[in-house]
Amino acid sequence: MSVTEQVIQPAANIHPIDNLLRADRLPHILCPGCGIGTVIHGYAHAIAASGLPEDQHVCVSGIGCSGRAAGYVNVDSYHTTHGRALPFALGIAVHKPELKVTVISGDGDLASIGGNHLIHAARRNVDMTVICINNFNYGMTGGQVGPTTPIGAKGTTAPDGAIEQPFNLPYLAKATGAVFVARWTILHVREFQDAVLRSMNKKGFGFIEVLAPCPTSFGKSNKIGDGLHEVEIYRQRCQIRHGATNLEEFDIDLIDDTKPIVVGNFVDVERKHFLG
Amino acid sequence: MPDNAAAARVPAKKPSRVLTGTHFMVGDHACAEGALAAGMDFFGGYPITPSTEIAELIARRLPPLGGRFVQMEDELASIAAIIGASAAGARSFTATSGPGFSLMMENIGLAAMMEVPCVIADVQRASPSTGLPTMVGQSDILQARWGSHGDYGVIAYCPDSPQECFDLTVRAFNDADKYRVPVFILLDEVVGHMAERVVIPPAEEIPIVRRKGPNFPPGERRFLGYAPDDDMVPPMAHAGDGYKVHMTGLTHDEKGYPALTPEIHDKLVNRLVDKIRLHASEIEMHEEIALDDAETVVVSFGCTARSARHAVNEARAEGISCGLLRLITVWPFPERRIRELIERGKVKRFIVPEINLGQLRREIERLTQLPVLRLNHAGGAMLKPDAILELIRS
Ligand code: SF4
Repeated sequence: MSVTEQVIQPAANIHPIDNLLRADRLPHILCPGCGIGTVIHGYAHAIAASGLPEDQHVCVSGIGCSGRAAGYVNVDSYHTTHGRALPFALGIAVHKPELKVTVISGDGDLASIGGNHLIHAARRNVDMTVICINNFNYGMTGGQVGPTTPIGAKGTTAPDGAIEQPFNLPYLAKATGAVFVARWTILHVREFQDAVLRSMNKKGFGFIEVLAPCPTSFGKSNKIGDGLHEVEIYRQRCQIRHGATNLEEFDIDLIDDTKPIVVGNFVDVERKHFLG
Repeated sequence: MPDNAAAARVPAKKPSRVLTGTHFMVGDHACAEGALAAGMDFFGGYPITPSTEIAELIARRLPPLGGRFVQMEDELASIAAIIGASAAGARSFTATSGPGFSLMMENIGLAAMMEVPCVIADVQRASPSTGLPTMVGQSDILQARWGSHGDYGVIAYCPDSPQECFDLTVRAFNDADKYRVPVFILLDEVVGHMAERVVIPPAEEIPIVRRKGPNFPPGERRFLGYAPDDDMVPPMAHAGDGYKVHMTGLTHDEKGYPALTPEIHDKLVNRLVDKIRLHASEIEMHEEIALDDAETVVVSFGCTARSARHAVNEARAEGISCGLLRLITVWPFPERRIRELIERGKVKRFIVPEINLGQLRREIERLTQLPVLRLNHAGGAMLKPDAILELIRS
């Protein structure tokens, strides 16, 4: 017989998403001002709004600060290896198509070490939602540049600034076959939540990039100050363009503050999904 | 006139999971049929010689049976997908060869750490690197044991015939579930591509052991996904079962939550090793020929054991005191039996023929001071019985 313990009954005045968080894992490991908590909050709200029982939601993460997301949501959750969240999630989604599978992971995990899986999952149009938290760097290992670091932005492995062309993730997701593609920031709490819900309610591969501050690593190298400062940058520079088709023009430039950061729900199309 | 309409009304023959009967079949196909007979319902794989026939047969046979076949983008994805599917309750399977097996190593460690059952067939070819892709090798056996970083227990079978490819694949699925570990079937190119008689028994005679689950309904109380029973194996709940499991490759406590202390780590990793080590006598399998009074013991496995059997029989016909210990599981290694033979004092030496440069020999050398003679080839061809016989006569 397995050892078991009683579930601790929550107090009377609980927040609507309290049950969706693993309260016994708090406090979390995230830094003050980190954007990842807001993303988890948005995902939990989308679960609550989905109308589906929590038992039918599954969360899969890879490795990194964003990869810890799966550990805080109170649904069946899997914290896998670096880059492999998507094929792991595919195994679940294909074996039990009735489940709502959401992958929450970081830009390095999904677009660098796991980049091949990203384009193939999108191409196959596997029924899942991918929330890619983009904080422009590898936060957990202390602020190295990655495939989303804007040109000129600094990191510990590019002390004079990144020189490589970064991925424009919504453009990549659209080009490789995602049927729902959005970009939001953690400033756009409701829009982000709504995008996650729309993707969950859609059969096929949904990809949502969400820009999030990493004050500890990216912020420090790039003189962005605290998390609030980065959110202020989003506030000043974000432009919403739903349904825009010229995604190739939506690179993110953090140095040139005359350039907008374009956000919105860009793609919402129908295409035969993997098991369809 | 033929009644075509009537013919059309005849329902198509229901495909059968278990191909009961006597067949002439290659080892790769027998392995695939063994997986199907064992109830495998998810396959994720990537083409690679000389294992591709396994994927091809499953691609044809599994979907009509209601299972899922997915050709993944690479072996990193194949192993991740089968672990994910198994976490959702599937009996999952992949097949590969050396280069793909190497790519799978990180997530084999994840399967071991998360204790997610899965079965991996590795049809060995001459290695390292791309080596001789279409030719035989037996050089993945230490990788099967030690390939992923860290300590963990595994089970690895090495069939020497198409019949064993079938039988041991069924066993592999049962053991994977019973002990919640990744289990390997280490075929080699010769066994994988040779055709022989394969007898597939009736479905009801095929033993099926499935992983144990929680013994109470979801929501009743908290399920501790990593609280082991007396057999050191915790019951497993799946995605969608309602128990809200958390699984991680990080060191974790009984809830499955990250618990990053040296004490918890030591306890967990010891259990991962011990749950196989302490059940070795139940898991381990070998075949013996004339070992009781043998002065020379030939230890072999896979296709090389076929040559070794021939050589031992010839040598005995010549009156030489020798026997064969054929490994059916290379892991767990039949350490206890070898120690017994040594302690009995009759054995004067061991001979270890293998298509690698001495991987199995190391295992025997660490158990004995007796001479351990080697017969090695780096790969590409079988070892001939004559070469083994010559060494026995020497
Ligand atoms: S290092 Fe950056 S991404 Fe990681 S928790 Fe801290 S702020 Fe968040």
